[in-house]
Amino acid sequence: MAMPLVQPPMPNSWRRETKPHKFCPGCGHGIALRALGYAIDDLGIQDRLVFGCDIGCSLLAWDFFNVDTVQTHHGRTTPVMTGIKRARPELICVAYMGDGGGYAIGAQHLVNAAVRNEKITVILVNNTQYGMTGGQMAPTTLPGQKTETTPYGRDPELTGMPMRGPEMVAAITEDGAYVARGTVSKPRQLRKMFIRALQNQIEGRGFAFVEVLSTCPTNWRTNAEETWQLLEAEMPKYFHIGEIKVPLVKGDGDD
Amino acid sequence: MADEPLTGEKRVFMTGNEVVAWAALAAQADIMYGYPITPQNEVMHYWTRLAPKYNKGFLQTEDELSAGFTTIGGVMAGKKAFTATAGPGNILMQEPVAMAEAMRLPVVVVIMQRGGPSTGTVIYSQQEVMLTAFGGNGEGLRVVYSTATHQELFDYTIKAFNTAWRYRFPTFVLADGYQGKMREPLTIYNPVERGLELVPPEPYVGRPGTPGVDRPPGHFRNTYNVEEELNEVLRGHIADWERVAEEIAEHEALGTEDAKLVVVAHGVVARAAKEAVQELRAEGLPVGYFRPITLRPLPSAALLAVARQAEKLLVVESAYGQFGRLLREALYGLTVEMVPLYKPGVGVTPEEVVARCREIV
Repeated sequence: MAMPLVQPPMPNSWRRETKPHKFCPGCGHGIALRALGYAIDDLGIQDRLVFGCDIGCSLLAWDFFNVDTVQTHHGRTTPVMTGIKRARPELICVAYMGDGGGYAIGAQHLVNAAVRNEKITVILVNNTQYGMTGGQMAPTTLPGQKTETTPYGRDPELTGMPMRGPEMVAAITEDGAYVARGTVSKPRQLRKMFIRALQNQIEGRGFAFVEVLSTCPTNWRTNAEETWQLLEAEMPKYFHIGEIKVPLVKGDGDD
Repeated sequence: MADEPLTGEKRVFMTGNEVVAWAALAAQADIMYGYPITPQNEVMHYWTRLAPKYNKGFLQTEDELSAGFTTIGGVMAGKKAFTATAGPGNILMQEPVAMAEAMRLPVVVVIMQRGGPSTGTVIYSQQEVMLTAFGGNGEGLRVVYSTATHQELFDYTIKAFNTAWRYRFPTFVLADGYQGKMREPLTIYNPVERGLELVPPEPYVGRPGTPGVDRPPGHFRNTYNVEEELNEVLRGHIADWERVAEEIAEHEALGTEDAKLVVVAHGVVARAAKEAVQELRAEGLPVGYFRPITLRPLPSAALLAVARQAEKLLVVESAYGQFGRLLREALYGLTVEMVPLYKPGVGVTPEEVVARCREIV
């Protein structure tokens, strides 16, 4: 196949042989994984990082990086990465999943890994619905949002309000945890969050969790403008962006 | 910190759960991941007391899904990792074991069967045979050792780690609550001193070098895009399985060469069967005994030879024909009569087996 004349810049830790990647046009995963790739480059940890991806759209990242990668089952990436970290603490373990995997079928793993202060980094991509299975309601679906299982819009009376994962994780973790919510609309901020989340693990402080607000125009059935509007204007009204828990480090006045 | 957990040989009087913990140490297991469920809890209780002395790891997880998946993480990191469970925990364990089967991960799982279905009893049964041998959405490509004595629990727990790492199929030690909770004398030993080779573990992830620079990245998946792609992978696994099945299969037999009636049993029930057969043979009755030690793969060749020679088989188990189903499949096409002695959820005594044999012969 003829190479395009101009290659877009890519992180060194990306595996070029598997690009272009397999995500839908307009999907946020590529942006999130680009920010993660740069974070890996910045920290120089490509040789000791283990990347775990879940079931759902995140599994399409199983050959995404030039790093050792394990694709697991739905919701089970957190325990697989926990198992690796417990057996080989020198490895840096990243569990990458969607909102269904982390907040529904694997919620018990997220909660307990956070409570045990596992020294792993969990990245959860929130696109407000189940992407791979065709757009059903997720724990993160916004009130009134139409999905395949809420065709008349999510009714909080029947199905509750969307889950605020980072706030929950912040509430149940110790001081050493790092918890943040970023968005694929601010990739430079996201890269910084990933760096801090990885540093937290490298320095052995504790659990690190970053939720990433993302897009799914395929299932949202939105055009580019509507997609951007939802990501930039609507989602952050409910899912507040920023660092939610930053561990105290030496020099912060605690000594 | 002590160097060797076990030197020389030691005659001991232990519960089966304690035996498993000692055997895992003797096999140089590195880490256990576990979740409490009766009747296997003391495997964890003894491991957590022994492990810190020998720089071994332990993690109590939030459920058996997590226990299984963290065990997967442990083996992928290149450590000898294991877990233990029972009953409803074995059901949850089948999800991680299906992944281990798909990806040829050498997890070791000890099952102390309890009564079922559902919560059943916390005590005993042989009702987890089909679940352990064929659980999960796969083809049952896993090794299942069914132990009968505490000595075997020790020997086969050590062997399970070797089998798992040599052939890269998930490996079960299938015992039961009677074995787990009962005390019995046995000899524990250091397998290396006895000249047994311990197959060393190897990492799947986190090998030396930078992926993509010094070596290809390890990309491990269990999902495939199209049917043919999956089929090709499975054909490879099945070919491997068929090649090594006879090598892995083990059985025990007594008096089958001249027996008209052969009592077939596995696990702790085989002890009652063996004792009964010994008693009847002492009286001169043409009764024999056959016991598969591996339920997966079944020792089919040996079983077929026995069944061709015998007139009747008495199948004894503490379940309603789960073991019987495995035998029937292996013996399909033969006309040997299979007489059931099925007692789901309860134990079987030698007297019962003797009485049934007398009725038949």
